[in-house]
Amino acid sequence: MRTFSLTLHVWRQKNTKDPGGFVAYKVPEVSEHMSFLEMLDVVNEGLIVKGDDPIAFDHDCREGICGTCGFMINGDAHGPHRGTTVCQLHMRHFQDGEELWLEPWRAAAFPVMKDLVVDRGAFDRIIAAGGFISAPTGSAPDGNAILVPKPASDRAMDAAACIGCGACVAMCPNSAAALFTGAKIAHLNLLPQGQPEAAARVVAMVGQMETEGFGHCTSTGQCEAVCPKEIPIEVIARMNWDFIKASADKREAKSRGD
Amino acid sequence: MSATTADRISSFYQTSIGKKVVMAATGVILFGFLVGHLLGNVQIFAGADKFNAYAEFLHNTPSLLWGTRIVLLLSLFGHVTAVVQLYRARAEARPVQYKVKRNRGATLASRLMLVSGVAVFAFIIFHLLHFTTGTVHGDFKPDDPAHNLISAFTIPTVALAYVVAMGLVAMHLYHGLWSFTQSLGVSHPRYTGRIKASAMLVSVALCAAFASIPILILAHYVK
Amino acid sequence: MQLDAKVPSGPIEKKWDQAKFDLKLVNPANKRKYSVIVVGSGLAGASAAASLAELGYQVKCFCFQDSPRRAHSIAAQGGINAAKNYQNDGDSVQRLFYDTVKGGDFRAREANVYRLAQISVNIIDQCVAQGVPFAREYGGALANRSFGGAQVSRTFYARGQTGQQLLLGAYQALERQIGLGRVTMYPRTEMLDLVLVDGRARGIVTRDLITGEVASHVADAVVLGTGGYGNVFYLSTNAKGSNATAIWRAHKRGALFANPCFTQIHPTCIPVSGDYQSKLTLMSESLRNDGRIWVPLKKGDTRSPSDIPPSDRDYYLERRYPAFGNLVPRDVASRNAKTVCDEGRGVGPTGLGVYLDLSESIGRLGIATIRERYGNLIDMYERITGEDPYKTPMRIYPAIHYTMGGLWVDYNLMSTIPGMYVLGEANFSDHGANRLGASALMQGLADGYFIIPYTIGDYLASTKLEKVDAAHAAFADAERGVKEQTARFLASDGKRTVDSFHKELGRLMWEKCGMGRTATGLKEAVVKIPELRERFWSEVAVPGTGEELNRELEKAGRVADYMELAELTCRDALARNESCGGHFREEYQTPEGEALRDDDNYSYAAAWEWKGTGQEPALHKEPLAFEHVHLAQRSYK
Repeated sequence: MRTFSLTLHVWRQKNTKDPGGFVAYKVPEVSEHMSFLEMLDVVNEGLIVKGDDPIAFDHDCREGICGTCGFMINGDAHGPHRGTTVCQLHMRHFQDGEELWLEPWRAAAFPVMKDLVVDRGAFDRIIAAGGFISAPTGSAPDGNAILVPKPASDRAMDAAACIGCGACVAMCPNSAAALFTGAKIAHLNLLPQGQPEAAARVVAMVGQMETEGFGHCTSTGQCEAVCPKEIPIEVIARMNWDFIKASADKREAKSRGD
Repeated sequence: MSATTADRISSFYQTSIGKKVVMAATGVILFGFLVGHLLGNVQIFAGADKFNAYAEFLHNTPSLLWGTRIVLLLSLFGHVTAVVQLYRARAEARPVQYKVKRNRGATLASRLMLVSGVAVFAFIIFHLLHFTTGTVHGDFKPDDPAHNLISAFTIPTVALAYVVAMGLVAMHLYHGLWSFTQSLGVSHPRYTGRIKASAMLVSVALCAAFASIPILILAHYVK
Repeated sequence: MQLDAKVPSGPIEKKWDQAKFDLKLVNPANKRKYSVIVVGSGLAGASAAASLAELGYQVKCFCFQDSPRRAHSIAAQGGINAAKNYQNDGDSVQRLFYDTVKGGDFRAREANVYRLAQISVNIIDQCVAQGVPFAREYGGALANRSFGGAQVSRTFYARGQTGQQLLLGAYQALERQIGLGRVTMYPRTEMLDLVLVDGRARGIVTRDLITGEVASHVADAVVLGTGGYGNVFYLSTNAKGSNATAIWRAHKRGALFANPCFTQIHPTCIPVSGDYQSKLTLMSESLRNDGRIWVPLKKGDTRSPSDIPPSDRDYYLERRYPAFGNLVPRDVASRNAKTVCDEGRGVGPTGLGVYLDLSESIGRLGIATIRERYGNLIDMYERITGEDPYKTPMRIYPAIHYTMGGLWVDYNLMSTIPGMYVLGEANFSDHGANRLGASALMQGLADGYFIIPYTIGDYLASTKLEKVDAAHAAFADAERGVKEQTARFLASDGKRTVDSFHKELGRLMWEKCGMGRTATGLKEAVVKIPELRERFWSEVAVPGTGEELNRELEKAGRVADYMELAELTCRDALARNESCGGHFREEYQTPEGEALRDDDNYSYAAAWEWKGTGQEPALHKEPLAFEHVHLAQRSYK
């Protein structure tokens, strides 16, 4: 088993108001089989024993599905390995003596709470604006009452694989949330069940995305390159199309019932 | 219901997607002009008289000339206004920059759209002062565009500057030509590769054709 | 204490209908006057919060994660069972009921399981309507697969991310209610105590994990959907944040804790690689459909797997269970893996691993088919281990995965504290001593979407609740208790980290109360755990303050609870002198080494009452009657 040493430059910031800065840590013994977060666990154990404040980072499932973890490693969201969240990134991809810069996701819509922890509540608010199908419990027809063509279902699933980690925003040079929002709209608007609300959904979700202060999409494709679920930027084009169409089609309701 | 329509357009434009649609649409118009402009310019290869006759035709058809100029001016205004607004919001969207940032998966052209855009804008102004008004032309004859062209490009630095400018235009066009399909939502993964390849081919071919004019003049191929 | 399960009378297939008729209703106009607290936002919590809000109740929902979408239900891979019989292969409500009771080794309450099987069909309908992209056939109909040893294809799935998709469905329904202002969501907020007024659950005390603010929340009823307690073992397939604090503190307030020793060990996890190991990763057991499990025939065979000829391999599951082969239930597969490793035939650097070999299936079906079926799992394995399962067999080992035990609830899912309901993995009700694959998602959603909306109304309509606010002495007392615990941790000048204690506890639990348990070992654990607890309280180091994001403080509180819960788990295991499902007492086995139940003496749910730290808990028994499924020795031969 290979072991090696690393130098970490970690962004430390006590709370949202603190200006923050980098602190360097030497990590003398890194095993190649550790995950990146396990390596940070070891660093933190050392800090705690010394009475120092451990590095705060978000994580939960540690199997790449909950979307809680994520930070920048040398300028890459979730680090250098394709299709991988930072919790599944293993140390065998690093070399002895490497210097790594760890920074939180940076976007006005994702304020830093502490160290590498950011607040991604903006994503929840985008979903609350329209990222759902209104199907109150008990109102559903039989599961096979509406057939869904397999290609549509597969494409919806491709988009629905989004874990909401925020890497797309972090990596985007413009801090756009287009990949996240586009993925959710694509998931729901591709399914027959999503049709009744398709137009209202895209208008509401795009509106909320704008309100949250994310930037614009310039189609650089960096989001797609770092997305741990490799969601294609095709979903952004779909969102744009749906949005243009919905904006053009929109009719003023005679009276608003709700 | 005109107020509602105006409101609706305004609220559409308020979104970044709306602004991108304006950029895509105006970009397509500007691209269309480039194609026409090239078709006019290559007439220089058919001789100075032919070229001058073309210029004279334009001047004698003010509806075409001014119609084009107005559409272009509006397009450029729309394109630039939208981008200025978008980039102002962009600065607010990331108040703290990264210490280290890679650009994974992004082409140079896509990342340098603002730089190439500003450079192309500056070039357009220079180009107008150079060949339309003659302000920065050392030997400008208002009635002899062919002369203006040939005398300018026999100066190596001027010819070179134009070739470099065409390189920037090509870069800007390449990303613009494929990303407008994204902005308008008409892209499809099966065609994305082909769209990108076509964008590359068209932008390089177009700009190479433009650049051939100063190069061939400098090489005394066109006299 | 007399445990009344409140199972309705009448034939089993009519019980739920009868109950729905008997349960009192809250007038639609009055629902908005009632407030309900839902703790947890996984399948059970999110579906409950959304459904209750749809009915008109005022709902407050709490989760410790930064978003309700991140609850650990999201990690479930395989699928969700439902007795739809879309495949026309002989499935029915009766069969799903039968399989679940038998799979649970006859330690579940029949009436609950029957209702679960009935409701399973509604869950699929509901999820499809929400836009869950289940796998489909080319004709557009829903696809099914056979899972976890079931002999019918009743499992619905969304690639290897079924839990994720179901949770997103529930989360989206919840977000819709949040957007409509009917649910107030409290993310990054942890429940630290339950508050009782006049013996009824009337609210909770929470800590804001960002600011450290301790606050009281008052309601007319409290619903816990906070998941299982598998992390008492430190290493498990649970998320790092999954914890037992909500149910444990409710237990200390009077809710009985049932069958804590029924813990499920999943046979197909990636083995431990070192001391730094922070969690174990599950490889979906669907891999057992196409993977053959083996170890070297001889002890200490260190040849690389490709150099071991078939004659020197022991396909021990196929050998011992010819009928089910590699598809035996989880508990059986896990125990057999332990046995071969204990014999010194385990593989990998630690010797704690067995091979799961896809090579034969790759030869038979082609690499493309295997990639299509398991591509994402195989990629995950390769990311973690650096080995390529297309070329070399995967190494797997059992790990703690799910806990069947939990707070005791009656048929209406109400705990022994009036007004407090417990849903999903947090309760004990449906899986007996062993949960079948693809049944956890089913239960979480059944409880949240289709049971609690009916049963909670009965309590609210038939109970006169006096007006209470956060200024009530009971809330002030609970807040004080929470603050005192925080202060005690921060005042400690210990030198050991929380994790080091948690790991020590986990190792002890895994050794003494893991796959094989003995009276001797358990007695030892019951002595050692309180000692460890003492040391924990005096030697633990918790840096920082209580008024900031302080992960060590959060963990310390959770580990303090595990220290008590671990002891109860061992006591329960010690008191149950039989082997059943996930609980294997080595003294009680058949001559072939299979679990040997003692139905005459242990056909009951063991519900434990808290008597104070260091005090022996009191055991209450809910007798289990099996009127519809004939008690039998499980056999997978």
